[in-house]
Amino acid sequence: MIFDFVPLWTLILGLAVFFYVLLDGFDLGVGILYNFAPNTPARNLLMNSIAPIWDGNETWLVLGGIGLLAAFPLAFAIILPAIYFPILVMLLALVFRGVAFEFRFRDAEHRTFWDHAFGYGSALATFAQGVVLGAFIQGFEVEGRHFTGGSFDCITPFSLFVGVALLFGYSLLGAGWLILKTEGNLQTQARNQARICFLGTLAAVGIVSIWTPLVDGGIAQRWFSWPNIAFLSPVPVLTALFGILEWRAIADRKSELGPFIYAVLLFCLSYLGIAISLFPMIVPHHYDLWQAASSPDTQIFLGVGTLFLLPVILVYTGWSYWVFRGKVRADTGYH
Amino acid sequence: MTLDPLVLSRLQFAWVVAWHIIMPAVTIGLASYIALLEGIYFTTGKEIYFRISNFWIRIFAVCFGMGVVSGVVMPFQFGTNWSRFSDATANIISPMLAYEGLTAFTLEAGFLGVLLFGRKLVPRWAHFASAVLVAVGTLLSTFWILVTNSWMQTPGGYKLVDGIFYPTSWMEIIFNASFPYRFMHTVTAFYVTTGFVVMGVAAYLLHRGKSRDEARHMLSVTLWLLTVLVPLQIFLGDLHGLNTLKHQPAKLAAIEAHWESEARAPLALFAIPDQKAEKNHYVVEVPLLGSLILTHDVNGVVPGLKDFPPEDRAPAIIPFFAFRIMVGAGLVMLGLVAVGLWLRMRGKLYDSGWFQRTLIWSMPLGFIAVLAGWTTTEVGRQPWTVYGVMRTAHSVTPSLTGMDVLISLIGYMVVYLIMFPAGLWMVMRIVRAGVVKDGHAPVEAGRPAAPVKPVPGGGS
Repeated sequence: MIFDFVPLWTLILGLAVFFYVLLDGFDLGVGILYNFAPNTPARNLLMNSIAPIWDGNETWLVLGGIGLLAAFPLAFAIILPAIYFPILVMLLALVFRGVAFEFRFRDAEHRTFWDHAFGYGSALATFAQGVVLGAFIQGFEVEGRHFTGGSFDCITPFSLFVGVALLFGYSLLGAGWLILKTEGNLQTQARNQARICFLGTLAAVGIVSIWTPLVDGGIAQRWFSWPNIAFLSPVPVLTALFGILEWRAIADRKSELGPFIYAVLLFCLSYLGIAISLFPMIVPHHYDLWQAASSPDTQIFLGVGTLFLLPVILVYTGWSYWVFRGKVRADTGYH
Repeated sequence: MTLDPLVLSRLQFAWVVAWHIIMPAVTIGLASYIALLEGIYFTTGKEIYFRISNFWIRIFAVCFGMGVVSGVVMPFQFGTNWSRFSDATANIISPMLAYEGLTAFTLEAGFLGVLLFGRKLVPRWAHFASAVLVAVGTLLSTFWILVTNSWMQTPGGYKLVDGIFYPTSWMEIIFNASFPYRFMHTVTAFYVTTGFVVMGVAAYLLHRGKSRDEARHMLSVTLWLLTVLVPLQIFLGDLHGLNTLKHQPAKLAAIEAHWESEARAPLALFAIPDQKAEKNHYVVEVPLLGSLILTHDVNGVVPGLKDFPPEDRAPAIIPFFAFRIMVGAGLVMLGLVAVGLWLRMRGKLYDSGWFQRTLIWSMPLGFIAVLAGWTTTEVGRQPWTVYGVMRTAHSVTPSLTGMDVLISLIGYMVVYLIMFPAGLWMVMRIVRAGVVKDGHAPVEAGRPAAPVKPVPGGGS
């Protein structure tokens, strides 16, 4: 082999999944907070703040899933059967949530039903994604090239807890987005929600950070052995720093962008933390990135196009965000 | 009876893809139609095109939403229920699916928001460009997904090492033997399906005396398009059939429920194929026509199922009937187009009540043909996932129990049986309201001024 494409693909897939978590994270978060909106005009605004962009955000879920199939097919073939039911719940919840954008406006008689489809659907999809993450960190029963456990094995106290943690996390992103996109009472409410979600996220991240090394000796070894502890110490230190900045930005009524940005940075660090814990394994305890990789021909053929297309996609995605910039108001009336 | 995860997984895949495919069948056609209308409006500035386009954009939005959410389900099916297929074929098919995502989904999603909500926010040319790019996105998506599907039908450009497929030629993988025919046949099918929906809606509006000018315009243009497309589709279907005869003889034999290989073969119009007894009951057939249609030669040899071992045969009864339903629907559509042409020449196209009622009732024809054609080609491929190389039975996820799949199948059934009828009901509601002549005055670029209400009490 002339050139090793695995690190490049690890980076691309890592970025795609992270984009998904951030982008659909904040619009799923808005969906969770939708359950707590005081009245119909407020719900209209919340929904309109994400209506033009949610579809693009969800595209990254497909790109992430297909990206895993393309770059690390063995991992795809082992992991997806292992998380059969969380995936099912996520997909069905996303169906309800996705059609609610259109149906809610067209079907005023059943608006309450579609309101619930949107709010509960967003919460359920988020919870299921958290369970997937928890199950992934714990690892799966594998023999040869197959998952050999049962379809309910992924439901454990740990994975359920990560599910709850992600509810707080996405809600924090969502509240940050709403602080940016709304004003007046709604913005004040978003700040209050952001405060609660921040404390919830902080507690959850703290508990997961202690729980993970306790479940998995390898992860404890990675973080707490010398000299790793010195190299990796910036991760917790920066997390604490951004935590303080996030708290202050939420309280500072002049800061409209801050709560969202610091929440993104906190997600970035949590993501990095998980990556550090698991690297280089893509099927924890069984296969590393190189063992699970697709053929070099496949990685080259797709890599060339991806390197060309990704920047183009980012540019026009950015443009569509730019078109819908600014505060969302009742009279904007996308619908 | 024990629950078989293989049978249930096949049922589940059939269920989710059958519902999904009817959405692209109408959104791919509508995206092109909307781009056409926006293009005429952009160049001529005539208001009527703007109103018609806005009407169809509303219907498009509902259908596209359902297409997206049912489409997100699809790639995950490969992993959850067909993990051994994914493991074996990923080197080949994953770049096709990924290029579909990178070139099509992102393009559609990026410009859909502007098409639906951005008319007042961007310059007119940018809105028109968004309509075109969404249409291009839908066609690119069709391209890549049919590359994948066709490769499973007529695999090429690969080598097999320890049960895993490796690419040897990307050109042979992408432009595999059946791809060009399948692509043209499918895109035309989607255009025709959309065409009959547009004609049906126009007929409904004329019949109810609503939006007459717009409805006449929709009917006239669409009928001209279909006058070309329906005969073209029958020609393309014939080419596709010759291609199947050459590359998938066992499938062709199953479609025709033809047991003995023979020259001067008859064409069975009706029969009840009996897989066990290896013969047909209650046969109604026309002599020589089989060879003539399938090989374009009365002396041509039509392959028989007995040429292949029993374990390599598709269950003939399904593709046999599905194919006849597709062809039947196609011939009815051809007849309708001919009648429409005749009425047009006599100057009665817009005034014939019975023709309008017929058009309203023929709206499902295209969908029936698409689903029947898809059933023909997919069941006809059995017992293989990769034709002649990898069996369906060896493709399913080994860890699944029958109960697992039963639960998920019920979940998909319940949710889809709520969502799709609700969506259909909403489309009907938009149609009933007719083409809106309200404050959709053409707007220049700039920030929005006034709220826009779609239906009474319909939100912001």
